[in-house]
Amino acid sequence: MTVETGHFALIVALILATLQSTVPLWAANRGNEELMRLARHTAWGQLICVTLAFCALMYAFARSDFSVAIVALNSHSAKPFLYKLAATWGNHEGSLLLWILILVLFGALVATFGRGMPEPMRARVLAVQGFVAVGFLLFTLLTSNPFDRLMQLPSDGNSLNPLLQDPGLVFHPPLLYFGYVGMSTAFSFAVAALIEGRVTPDWARWARPWVLIAWAGLTLGIALGSWWAYYELGWGGFWFWDPVENASFMPWLAATALLHCINVVAKRDAFKTWTILLAILGFSLSLLGTFIVRSGLLTSVHAFATDPERGVFILLLLGIAVGGAFLLFAIRAPAMEGGSGFGPVSREGALLLNNLLFATATATVLLGTMYPMVLEAITGEKVSVGPPYFNATFVPLMLPMLAIMAVGPMLAWRRGEVGRALKDLWLAGIAAAAVVAVSLWIGGAGVAGVIGMGVAAWLAVGSVVAWARRWWGRGALRRLAGLPVEVHGMALAHFSVAIVVAGITATSVWQSEAVRLMKTGDSVDMAGYTWTLDRVYDTLGPNYSAVRGEISIRNGDGERIATLFPERRFYPDSQQNTTEAAIHTNWMADLYGVLGEGSAQEGWAIRLYHNPLVPWMWIGSGLMALGGLISAGGKIRVRRSQRRAAGTAEAAA
Amino acid sequence: MKPKHRRLYVVVLALLALGTAAALVLNAFEDNLVFFYSPSDLETKPVAVGQAIRVGGLVEEGSVEKKGVDVRFRITDGARTVAVAYTGVLPDLFREGQGIVSSGRMAPDGTFQAEEVLAKHDENYMPPEVADALKAAGEWKPQATQ
Repeated sequence: MTVETGHFALIVALILATLQSTVPLWAANRGNEELMRLARHTAWGQLICVTLAFCALMYAFARSDFSVAIVALNSHSAKPFLYKLAATWGNHEGSLLLWILILVLFGALVATFGRGMPEPMRARVLAVQGFVAVGFLLFTLLTSNPFDRLMQLPSDGNSLNPLLQDPGLVFHPPLLYFGYVGMSTAFSFAVAALIEGRVTPDWARWARPWVLIAWAGLTLGIALGSWWAYYELGWGGFWFWDPVENASFMPWLAATALLHCINVVAKRDAFKTWTILLAILGFSLSLLGTFIVRSGLLTSVHAFATDPERGVFILLLLGIAVGGAFLLFAIRAPAMEGGSGFGPVSREGALLLNNLLFATATATVLLGTMYPMVLEAITGEKVSVGPPYFNATFVPLMLPMLAIMAVGPMLAWRRGEVGRALKDLWLAGIAAAAVVAVSLWIGGAGVAGVIGMGVAAWLAVGSVVAWARRWWGRGALRRLAGLPVEVHGMALAHFSVAIVVAGITATSVWQSEAVRLMKTGDSVDMAGYTWTLDRVYDTLGPNYSAVRGEISIRNGDGERIATLFPERRFYPDSQQNTTEAAIHTNWMADLYGVLGEGSAQEGWAIRLYHNPLVPWMWIGSGLMALGGLISAGGKIRVRRSQRRAAGTAEAAA
Repeated sequence: MKPKHRRLYVVVLALLALGTAAALVLNAFEDNLVFFYSPSDLETKPVAVGQAIRVGGLVEEGSVEKKGVDVRFRITDGARTVAVAYTGVLPDLFREGQGIVSSGRMAPDGTFQAEEVLAKHDENYMPPEVADALKAAGEWKPQATQ
């Protein structure tokens, strides 16, 4: 019965979404305040309905109700309770429902917290949001109904892919979807502005927090996914430039560009068309990512069992939403430009460069991701584009970006002076030189590695300098307290980027690896430590059996500093093995061990890694997202002169 | 700056960025496009020693020899086979009869020196490249693998 209630709630949500995507739009054109307010109620109604549906599905998973098809396919009665719940979104239908839940959650949040907005604007934003919801609700009801029943009741479920039975499943998809779907609000704001026919600094101020929140979600989601791959796959790497990873990385790149240029609209009333274009592109890339993952074009742990009908549906959705938005853009954009002028060396100039580099980087990643699929579709030839391509294109674009990132915040709006900015950055220059010298002394880093480490130091110190000079000096405390919060947010986010870059560079160039066949008692010397396989024994988990190794790590003085317990697990429900890496971190490096196949007589295949600075990537990503959230809390003040200028521009147009 | 100059400045910068990207992409494509070969392809289309390629097929029954962490085995598409050498820990799902895709380079002696072996996710899964290679060799039995 709960299951049918869930299904029914979804249909009601579809009706509400249809109402929301039409009536408020019409009302906003006619100036009917009463009907415009309808959008707020339907937005909340949708949230309630979809939450109900989602809870119904979760309940079916919790109770292991195998009469529901996706429960039977993706769960098992012997699975730990937490993974029963998380399995709700460990499959195509359920994760789509989570997508929709987050979509309508954003709708309800905009309805409630968008108070400062004039009623017509809010009505239009919610209408576009409702339109997207219609598309996805139709998609789920027509092609991927999570509440489909099985005619024959199976005795037990198929179980969940053991790779997914991990705490990562609990956090990674919800956070990533939060970011992915959050981009829909940026899209809704952009399309609403196009419908209204003007982009004002106030518009940017309203849209900005949503962009930042979505961006923070994407940042955390991507970092968590990367961390999960790092410890679960046991290859010692954290990023594989896999098409599925790129699918989430491209919207992130676009969102990063967007959150920078939307400030220019808010403060200087410039970059307007470009901002709108980026907002549309960002969500288009989110949809493209959804298409790549769910169409069956790819095979990976993310690619759900698929049928081509679904791919066609998403493509259609992508075509209508994106095609429609671009058409509107083409009609409305030419009338929108204007705003104030600026010199090539200025804050605007630096942000323009930021946007160009991010846009180009997005394009190269897109090309590398889509090229093999397109080529195979056209010629049938099979190629793959691996990490070397992305490293050769992405890294050279990002290094100058990182170097400029320290200078940009030092420049004034309209007209800045590079000479003065560079003079103020003397400390950053010294830090960079010192780190470069140390990197050369350690050796083995290569040119890109040395530059990467140097740029990270330059940016880390540069961000602090740019922040400190806003308040350092007489009356420091008073000035510090008076700073707008987004100044702190930006400084923290930029500083964290430096930390992440240092982590990525260091582990890429200084990783040590040893693969050995070891019997108990054997030792390996690596990275200044002695790694000894002490024993290997059998053990049991809640729904698996495992072989567990015990590897002790001793430092140069023979002192035991850590013991690793890597496992090989066997899941009888699904007849699969998984490898559980064991990681000891001291915050400067990860000591990482994997137990492979083997036996007591022949020995065990053991893979050991020393990964310097890897923890910095995770800490840095978390701080970066925090910086974004702090900034989201800031209310950029729109100058009266800007507001007036925008007003006159509109009167003239 | 006058609007006209500003536009020129933006266009020049954009062209510069795109030009750089295009050069990087073309250069990277030339070196890093990795083509897929089935064992039969390797027979008909010779591959230069040291060029990065991917090879896929079924792990031939009874061909796996392990010596420590060095592994040798053969990949077959039913019609032809190719010898593969690999050093390291094989993935959990690697076993005889399993469809795998491996990336690496041809060694001068005609063996394929694997750098990475992918056997993905579950025992029913057949990499699409391998499925196509088997079909091309006339050895595809869908009911056996699906």
